[in-house]
Amino acid sequence: MGAIWVPLALSLKVALWATAINLVLGVAVAFGLSRWRSRAREVVDSILTLPLVLPPTVLGYYLLVLLGRRGVFGAWLDRLGIELVFTWQGAVIASTLVAFPLVQKAARAAFEAVDPQLESAARVLGLREAAVFFRVSLPLAARGITAGALLAFARALGEFGATLMIAGNLPGRTQTLSVAIYAAVQSGDDTTAGLMVAVTSATCVIALLLAGWLAPDHLRRSRP
Amino acid sequence: MSVDIAVCKTLRSDDRHFELEVAIVSQHRRVVLFGPSGSGKSLTLRAVAGLLTPDSGHVRIDGRVLYDSVARVDLPTRMRGVAYVYQDYALFPHLTVAQNIGFGLDRGWLNPRRRQRDERVHHWIDSFELGNVADSYPSRISGGQRQRVALARALATEPRIVVLDEPFAALDPALRGRMRAELLALQARLDLQLMVITHDPADVDALDGHTFEIRDGRVVHVG
Repeated sequence: MGAIWVPLALSLKVALWATAINLVLGVAVAFGLSRWRSRAREVVDSILTLPLVLPPTVLGYYLLVLLGRRGVFGAWLDRLGIELVFTWQGAVIASTLVAFPLVQKAARAAFEAVDPQLESAARVLGLREAAVFFRVSLPLAARGITAGALLAFARALGEFGATLMIAGNLPGRTQTLSVAIYAAVQSGDDTTAGLMVAVTSATCVIALLLAGWLAPDHLRRSRP
Repeated sequence: MSVDIAVCKTLRSDDRHFELEVAIVSQHRRVVLFGPSGSGKSLTLRAVAGLLTPDSGHVRIDGRVLYDSVARVDLPTRMRGVAYVYQDYALFPHLTVAQNIGFGLDRGWLNPRRRQRDERVHHWIDSFELGNVADSYPSRISGGQRQRVALARALATEPRIVVLDEPFAALDPALRGRMRAELLALQARLDLQLMVITHDPADVDALDGHTFEIRDGRVVHVG
């Protein structure tokens, strides 16, 4: 059973970190984009959506070029003693990147659905912009954001290509569940592979069911 | 006690060009802007509240300058002391009636707690007879109650002036008369400075204030 639990625990750790980072980053970018009145907005949006359509191996390659020891940021990180290649933190970066558009898009749609009049009403009642965000915009967008975060969690849990490229396949250190499945199949261990496939599928189904249940259609008390 | 407003604003969109040039000077405690929809009444109110920046003009309430294009004064909305009551009330759907009323009392990053209530919130809940819906969400209460909540929420911040955008339009006719009387009684009791916009001549009669008739962005009649 250890053959499953170790990579499962690692996968969950990586996916939770990736989701947490995306909740902050994706929500911040989405809020900025939803308020930004410029033609460049859709261009930026397209670039931010790239991780959704590019092959994960391509993303992994970019990450290696940027974060590898001889990479642009990698050399700088190396001097600070931070190593991302072949570490679980590298897997977090890969999962974060791949799942980012899911949170960003859901959050942007949720922010754009918030009635601007409610935000004005909060300003009239004396609130500063930051307070308007935390007391009106964010709570009203919370369900959409949560749904996006659950999708991102499921996506991060299943991340394979980019993770393999940057974090590798070191059992017990960087071997996540989806990478372990590949390794198990390669070595002919069909029983372990089957079990891990079942566990991954079940986890993703639960995340998707939760996401569907939280989808905006079910927002019952959103409009007076 | 006075309202002194002059607002010039040109709005352009692809197919529309609208010029607003409104001057309102009054010593009356009830100022009424009367006119058809699209005449510029709401734009004027938005300029008073700081939700719209005029091209030029001034907004002075009781001698306090909120906006002056010459003197380059433009107070942010939150510092104007103008309470804005929206036509559809704009109650926060994620907050209870009590939380809505207490919304402007604490201006920090957190909404009022559901159970803890400020003395002032109690006061407004009692005076608007909202006790039995205090823990309800806005979607669960009646139109008249919603208007009372919107008024209570606005008054709790102790504004210098209350502006109301078509306050009775969203109500059914039977309720309309009662809410007019309620608003008038409240105005008299608290000596509120009101500025009301309406397209309904019956509102103009009932409010019996200083009426400015607005058409196509201009004041055409003062009565």
